[in-house]
Amino acid sequence: MSARLKALLLVLPLIVFLGLFFLWPLWMMIATAVQGGTVRLAFPQTATAIASWDGAGPPPASLQAALVRDLRTDTPQERFGDAVRTLNSQQAGFRTLLPRTARAVREAGEADAFDLVALDPRWSEQGYWLALKRSMPAYTDANLLAAVDLKRNDEARIEPVEPDFAVNRAIMLRTFVIAGQVTLLCGAIGLPFAMLAASVTGWKRNALLIAVLLPLWTSLLVRTAAWLILLQDTGLINQTLRALGLIETPLSLIYNRTGVLIAMTHVLLPLMVLPIYASLIAIPRNLMPAAAALGAAPLQAFRYVLLPLAMPGLLSGSLLVFMVALGYYITPALTGGAGDQMISSVIAFYATGTANWGMAGALGLFLLVPTTVLYILYGRLSRTPLVQT
Amino acid sequence: MTFLKSILGSTALAAGLVIAGLGAATARDLTVVSWGGNYQDAQRKIYFKPFAEKTGKPVLDESWDGGVGVVQAKVKAGTPNWDAVQVEADELAIGCADGLYEKLDWGKLGGKDKFLPSAVSDCGVGAIVWSTLLSYDSEKLKTAPTSWKDFWDTKTFPGKRALRRGPKYALEFALMADGVAPKDVYKTLREKGGVDRAFKKLDEIKPDIVWWESGAQPLQLLKSGQVVMTSAYNGRISGINKTEGTKFKTVWPGSIYAVDSWVILKGSPNKDQAMDFIAFASLPENQSKLPQDIAYGLPSKAAAAAVPADLAVDLPTAPQNLENAIAIDVDYWNDNIEDLTKRFNAWVGK
Repeated sequence: MSARLKALLLVLPLIVFLGLFFLWPLWMMIATAVQGGTVRLAFPQTATAIASWDGAGPPPASLQAALVRDLRTDTPQERFGDAVRTLNSQQAGFRTLLPRTARAVREAGEADAFDLVALDPRWSEQGYWLALKRSMPAYTDANLLAAVDLKRNDEARIEPVEPDFAVNRAIMLRTFVIAGQVTLLCGAIGLPFAMLAASVTGWKRNALLIAVLLPLWTSLLVRTAAWLILLQDTGLINQTLRALGLIETPLSLIYNRTGVLIAMTHVLLPLMVLPIYASLIAIPRNLMPAAAALGAAPLQAFRYVLLPLAMPGLLSGSLLVFMVALGYYITPALTGGAGDQMISSVIAFYATGTANWGMAGALGLFLLVPTTVLYILYGRLSRTPLVQT
Repeated sequence: MTFLKSILGSTALAAGLVIAGLGAATARDLTVVSWGGNYQDAQRKIYFKPFAEKTGKPVLDESWDGGVGVVQAKVKAGTPNWDAVQVEADELAIGCADGLYEKLDWGKLGGKDKFLPSAVSDCGVGAIVWSTLLSYDSEKLKTAPTSWKDFWDTKTFPGKRALRRGPKYALEFALMADGVAPKDVYKTLREKGGVDRAFKKLDEIKPDIVWWESGAQPLQLLKSGQVVMTSAYNGRISGINKTEGTKFKTVWPGSIYAVDSWVILKGSPNKDQAMDFIAFASLPENQSKLPQDIAYGLPSKAAAAAVPADLAVDLPTAPQNLENAIAIDVDYWNDNIEDLTKRFNAWVGK
């Protein structure tokens, strides 16, 4: 057996692991986002009948009869549920309409002429039938479109959703803005902090590093709760400022963007400090004195010697912070206002709240793409040699 | 050839591990899931421990934060790792329609007529009746607010107020504040323009609202004085008054009550045991102990009748508390929660 095969065998568990726990779920997520077909599975006869309906006039009696026949067949409950969920996401109302109709149809017995409209006037609305028609194909772009506030109108053309319901793009943008702001704040605090930590030695350096690492070891919820106590209107910060006579009315430090930025910056700071520290510690100690000896003022030496050498660490740290920040939602949920929620909270709403995994997958995909691009960028930057001009 | 053999070998090993894993799942003890906090502490005392003693088998208990997606994930995974779960009314309706729960054996529960009508379904039996209502700190507010109109009145009651984040409850309370009678709230929401009206009313106090996420937050907000009024769950309010000596008060007119139910997840390996547990927790003599610890109403008629009068006045099921209170409209929310959450998020971000 060749050495190559042996080597392959050694990494096989890793490949299996990656495939099983990384690629497969990713693929599943993408697949759920575009998979239709749940409605076709649950309503096969309707699927055939609706294909010949152009969607313009009222649904023909044959189509209504096909739906009644489908509802009468004993579809497995879970399959029926999947279909209802897909349909209700397209047209609010199916959630109660379909189970109700199914029950009535089964109770009515075999008489084929079941009057759907008499049971529920919603069946006379075109929108329900059109949603049914749109949901029939095996693959759908409905979730992907909805994730960016688009939809197909009754003529199957793509158009923006009503402004009252257009929310995902705004939240996605907000997610990137918050992640960007947090990255800038982390950089502004992290760089001087890392420089300080790299310039001192002994217990001082240990103390500084522990100060960064300690929050990393504390539970996220505990840290967030601590910020609540500090930042609220009657919190420590506002009380101190008031006692000093600096302010009269309390500053709004929490349940708004300020609160989110403070709490997230605190949580993510270690991810910025550690890479910068690592690149600073690798810089030969005699470079700064050398720059000074050659006549560089401290600021010049910083600008032309230290900063370029620390840049790979700063960039790695920034990307790390940015990427992790993109996925936050517990911290903004507890310290932010309703207008500070990030895209992960919307994904969680669909994933656990309404079990609409198609939408969760589509939104996840739109978060995954920029994250992957950034990850590749990160890979490049962290491989870049230290010295550059 | 050796290569192929080792692949086959590792595959067999992996398969073996999976099967062993499944085997372990079958041998799992009865797992009961509820909503945590002091409520679950009370349940542990009066249901979980006595049941474990009675049957001589351990009962594991876990807590969750709801969401039909969680239940669906567990059921679709094959053998769920939870057995009896306490779910909210919307999760009960969706899960029952989608086949996520086992059908209950009503014979073991003593018949459907022993319970409140709203606590009876094929898949679930009511565990508690709880209420979301206007709450305030009577030590901080001199004049007592009496309605959602007062909640909207920022002149008489200056300061921030808190509501649960999301359209559910916020829209109902807004309509009540706008003069809609509680019993007409869902009728108005279903009418054209009803939702617009609610959002317009919310616009009036939008800058003054702090939105809370979990049930413990409104207590903290009231206690710290961050807000003057909030919507809150009634059991939490009476709970904190008892444990921390606060003087929080509640306004029952305009409150919205809901029934939480016990269900058994589809494919539960401990199905029979879970059914026995639910029957045990539904026995009047067991259920009637609950209000001593937490002020939730009881779905078992006999249990409700056995609650001492001084405790019964604080329950959502007390006749005077039910006046001008409404039940949450599960159908309305199951139809519209996705659309209205989108709209809420768009509105709130503006």
